Amino acid sequence: MDDMTSGDIQESGVSSAEGASQSISAGDGPPKMTTRNVNVFYGEKQAIDNVSIDVNMDNVTAFIGPSGCGKSTFLRCLNRMNDTIPIAKVTGDITLEGEDIYAPQMDVVQLRARVGMVFQKPNPFPKSIYDNIAYGPRIHGLASGKDELDHIVETSLQRAGLWNEVKDRLQDSGTALSGGQQQRLCIARAIAVDPEVILMDEPCSALDPIATAKIEELIHEIRGKYAIVIVTHNMQQAARVSQRTAFFHLGTLVEYGVTTDIFTNPTEERTRDYITGRYG
Amino acid sequence: MSSTALLVLVFGLGGVAWFFGRIKASGFVTGGTRGEVHSLPSYHGWYVALWAAIPAAVFLLVWNIVSPALITDAALTSPTAQQLPTDSFTRGSILAEARSIASGNQEKAFNPLSQAMVEPYRTAITYYQTLGMAAAILLVFACGAFAWLKVKPNLRARTKVERVTMIALLLASLIAIITTIGIFISLIFESARFFSMVSPIDFLFGTEWNPKAVAGPRGETGFGAIPLFWGTVFIGAIIAMLVAIPLGLMSAIYLTQYAPAQFRAWMKPILEVLAGIPTVVYGYFAALTVAPALRDLAVSIGISSASSESALAAGVVMGIMIIPFVSSMADDSIAAVPSAMRDGSLAMGATKSETIKKVLIPAALPGVVGGVLLAVSRAIGETMIVVMAAGLAANMTANPFSSVTTVTTQIVKLLTGDQEFDSPKTLAAFALGLVLFIVTLLLNLIALRVVKKYREAYE
Repeated sequence: MDDMTSGDIQESGVSSAEGASQSISAGDGPPKMTTRNVNVFYGEKQAIDNVSIDVNMDNVTAFIGPSGCGKSTFLRCLNRMNDTIPIAKVTGDITLEGEDIYAPQMDVVQLRARVGMVFQKPNPFPKSIYDNIAYGPRIHGLASGKDELDHIVETSLQRAGLWNEVKDRLQDSGTALSGGQQQRLCIARAIAVDPEVILMDEPCSALDPIATAKIEELIHEIRGKYAIVIVTHNMQQAARVSQRTAFFHLGTLVEYGVTTDIFTNPTEERTRDYITGRYG
Repeated sequence: MSSTALLVLVFGLGGVAWFFGRIKASGFVTGGTRGEVHSLPSYHGWYVALWAAIPAAVFLLVWNIVSPALITDAALTSPTAQQLPTDSFTRGSILAEARSIASGNQEKAFNPLSQAMVEPYRTAITYYQTLGMAAAILLVFACGAFAWLKVKPNLRARTKVERVTMIALLLASLIAIITTIGIFISLIFESARFFSMVSPIDFLFGTEWNPKAVAGPRGETGFGAIPLFWGTVFIGAIIAMLVAIPLGLMSAIYLTQYAPAQFRAWMKPILEVLAGIPTVVYGYFAALTVAPALRDLAVSIGISSASSESALAAGVVMGIMIIPFVSSMADDSIAAVPSAMRDGSLAMGATKSETIKKVLIPAALPGVVGGVLLAVSRAIGETMIVVMAAGLAANMTANPFSSVTTVTTQIVKLLTGDQEFDSPKTLAAFALGLVLFIVTLLLNLIALRVVKKYREAYE
């Protein structure tokens, strides 16, 4: 059930996307991930309608839009987390480094190691801080010994800006940390398997402003090392952390472009209305 | 008139009172105005009905307890009573006989004196019955009339009726608690009698179980219960759990994580049916099917001492019986682990079985342990399977093919048939019961606490 949705992928022509009004390009350099004509169905209901977006290594890409617009659903296509929902069906082309991630020969375990994910609510495992970070390296066999594992844990926590706060209590439970620390722990956990892309699904929506600021700072610091895609319902956050912004509405991609353009000079009226707070 | 019929009459009159109260209260309602009449007419009806029925019913209850003594006293004042012997035993039996003839439960007397006492008894019974009936009916009318007179627009009938409802519900729930306490106290009293004859140390730590009514030449009594405790633990907590824990846990994992929704919808009720099979049926299965098969198996692999009543047969069948408990508790605890945990692990690139092994099971472990403890407490209290399949020989052995006995089996053995209730041999059953009661109570307490603590952790 888990790995078998790939059979549902239809080869829909790439050409039809070319006619779309909005740009799908991520900007400079070759795209890390490309998506073409992606549709997602939950049973009979269509949640995503013909979306095509490229994601670039150097940029943070933000998905914005009102609740229920499909931005999280689309994000979850990028590491095939929709596979865990039995009724979800994904069609279209999604590639990572040119490889079709829904192809039958794609190993979903490998894919998810390459495309990490941070969730809306911090979800550390009820294990020690150390074991939380070591979880990924252990299941993927990334460390050959205790020293190497220690090293991975330390660098991951350092990159997530959590090392100084937890270095003396690595054996404490991850769930005993504060909400903001838990979320940075989850980012560190994602970093530990050295992914190429990190997906963040509203990572700050359960956090207070100070913890949010820390996460945003962290996103700035790790930008360029990983391609980052962040879903947010906070437009200021999108403006602060991202270089590319995609605006979703009712399952369709309304507009995609350079963040400053989207926020100062949107081409679509719906984008303008949403950004100025007319609805959403 | 019998007291049951009288009780029915009282409640019937209460029903009549309901109508009177309601009719009177209906008269208060003049229009659609609120506030002038406190309660709806039916509440006034209930108010009057409860006043009419409850005091009389309580009176009848008390009267039923008190009147036999009064009747006997009255009968003894008759002149024939002077001829009765003073020996309390014969006297008592004569009176009892006379009484049962008088109340129509017996045809003829064996003792002529009893026959003579029948007449005074009959008079006394009639007198007190009439008295009780009159008083009860008077009480119905007096209390009913009192309440009826109190029915006024501003009477807070609803509040009062609600309070009576609450008290009735409270009494109902107290009955279960009081019964438990009562059982416990009766066990303690009987056990105390037993321990006054046999030392608790001999009982709890002795290794020879061969209960005799009289002590042997060296004062040994054969009440060493260790072989029983061992047998109970061996069957209920070791063999049964070796079967039930892995199978129950694995079926819970399959049902929560792998099974398609439709299969789960079928499978769960079927598994629960297993819990509804009477244990005596499992007993047949253990004694007639599993035990001979296991013995043949043991003999064929060279264990010639294998008994046809084996610990293994009873334990395995008991384990199968326990599977639904373990499985449904484990199912609940795994389902209670937030899906964010599962998603987090899957998003790290963990496979399904890695996620289950490394995240779900550890997170669900306290609940699973709680479920297992509840299952153990049920297994060690289980009787029918072990009575039918485990045997009676009190062996201290770790050989699963030999016959062992359990606490429950021995209680059954000690208490079935004709028994004298002042012999330590019979009273030992109560001491065993007390030990079993305390152990299962503690297990349940610990298990419920563990489960509860864990439930709070994710909320």
